[in-house]
Amino acid sequence: MTKHGAVYFVIGIALILLICCDAADKVEPSAGRRQGETDWSDGLVTYQETWPDKFGIGRHADKSFIAKWDIDVRPDGKGLPDGEGSAKNGAVIYRQKCASCHGANGYEGPEDKLVTDSTGSNTIGNYWPYATTIFDYVRRSMPFNAPGSLTDQEVYDITAYLLYLNGIIKEEYKITATTLPQIEMPAKKRYISDDRRGGPEVR
Amino acid sequence: MSEGKEYLKEIRLLVRWLAVTVAIFLALAVGLVIYQHTSNHVVEPDFDSKITVDPSKVQGKPSSEVGYRSKFDSPKRIATYATASRTPLEDLQGTITPSDLHFERHHAGIPEINPEQHELLIHGLVEKPIRLKLSDLKKYPSVSRICFIECSGNFRYGKREMTPGEVCGLTSQSEWTGVLLSTILRDLGVKPEAKWLLAEGADGALMARSVPLQEALTEAIIAYGQNGEAIRPQQGYPMRLVIPGFEGNTQIKWLRRIEVTDKPVMTREETSKYTEKVKDGKIRMFSLVMDARSIITYPAYPKKIEKGWQELRGIAWSGRGKVAKVLVSTDNGKTWKEAHLQGPVLEKAHTAFKFMWNWDGKPTRVLSKAIDETGYVQPTYNQLVRARESKAGYHFNPVVGWDIEKTGEVYLADVEGI
Repeated sequence: MTKHGAVYFVIGIALILLICCDAADKVEPSAGRRQGETDWSDGLVTYQETWPDKFGIGRHADKSFIAKWDIDVRPDGKGLPDGEGSAKNGAVIYRQKCASCHGANGYEGPEDKLVTDSTGSNTIGNYWPYATTIFDYVRRSMPFNAPGSLTDQEVYDITAYLLYLNGIIKEEYKITATTLPQIEMPAKKRYISDDRRGGPEVR
Repeated sequence: MSEGKEYLKEIRLLVRWLAVTVAIFLALAVGLVIYQHTSNHVVEPDFDSKITVDPSKVQGKPSSEVGYRSKFDSPKRIATYATASRTPLEDLQGTITPSDLHFERHHAGIPEINPEQHELLIHGLVEKPIRLKLSDLKKYPSVSRICFIECSGNFRYGKREMTPGEVCGLTSQSEWTGVLLSTILRDLGVKPEAKWLLAEGADGALMARSVPLQEALTEAIIAYGQNGEAIRPQQGYPMRLVIPGFEGNTQIKWLRRIEVTDKPVMTREETSKYTEKVKDGKIRMFSLVMDARSIITYPAYPKKIEKGWQELRGIAWSGRGKVAKVLVSTDNGKTWKEAHLQGPVLEKAHTAFKFMWNWDGKPTRVLSKAIDETGYVQPTYNQLVRARESKAGYHFNPVVGWDIEKTGEVYLADVEGI
């Protein structure tokens, strides 16, 4: 009897530990739900208990594969390739590949204005908070009729030219992986994070 | 005298001929009806002709591989631009949006992706970066969830002749099936410094958004199913991110890469777009959650209503949880009454509301106002303008209403006057 008691005790402790040490990534049922209400996560915790520690599904992604796909450029410069862009070279590429949508000076349209004019429309100069976003976006999505076709060199040059057109850099200023993240964009100080939190206040 | 007789004779002849002709026609018609009623001959319903066919007296169409809508009730999306189309909210029943009427928004068209040639790369601040094919994704434990997806730029107004779909048809609801992102990331081992993730699509725009990891880990789904079938190309085939309650743009379609990071990437879509001007000259970014909202879909333009009892209907939703209450007014905001919510009320989901209304035939205005479980009350246009010092932009979710005219015609109410 005492032997069994010990076994039950050990099992009991193990169960309590299992319950208390729920994996941190487990989805908790939403707070505030009343009993009897149904929702998508009903029974999920019980189901999760039947899962193995590791599924081991999929294929390992090696460094060379990741390097090919990892194209994003961050405000701190992470992701910028080697290179040097000049506004002068950028002007030539801009005329060939960008002007037909964004206008000869960057504000005539028909598509988005890139350069600030008297209308007050959002532009790189008055609305974009980070200069690195220009590089990221142009390389990612432009030109519209042939996305992803620009070389890193062309992207550097166009980035320099757009910053120059907006009066943010001088024409001879060279854009590199070091200088681009250092550029303080005029609109940056205007940005705040989402301050809406639900509840009665309208924001 | 004889001339008159001749004349009469001719008339008599004419009348006789006419009578015979009518008799023949009658006989033919009766014969045809008798024939149709008695013979086993299959008469194909000819819906294009003006002749009404009694459907209970003929054989219908044979079965088919893919169903179709009745030609008498076949709603269409409202194509606003080449890069967007809207759900005709006024034409739908219940709360599930038929997949082919789910709103569309894309920035470089709809890619055609062969799942055999598509992979999802998950890397960054994880111990084990992986590549997943659609077939791999389907091996994980799956979840299904009904929720709405709404574009954060979902409010248009400016004229009286606008339908609910034209006002805010960039919201749709589906049952999404896929894998919880947390299930996959648990396998890969997330490093402690991880705070954000970047999701990127395989379309021409390589659409990319940064999302806070904590929020994404609780509910985000990498979905491959929509309303019982594969996700449609317009919605991200073969796989997309679904983050219930978040603005549509973050729910990357044609998903090909997730990078776990310590900081947001600050892509163009989360800086120069999908941010809104708020008071004191500030610009608000990462406004990710969709606030509570509602719209009456009946009565609404272009419908015409009749005097008497009718059910006022609409949908309400909140990205912060459940809709707690919908208040409706049928007297231009003088009094508000609680509408009935169709259960089960789901979190972050379109919720149908109804209210029986006896219209007395006098001109009036009907309004609806959603209140969610956080206590947020859907604001008026003027409240939003005051709070933000801005007259438009993303996340504009004002109370809208409909003016009922004496004739029963219904028009969009001027939001600035609500």
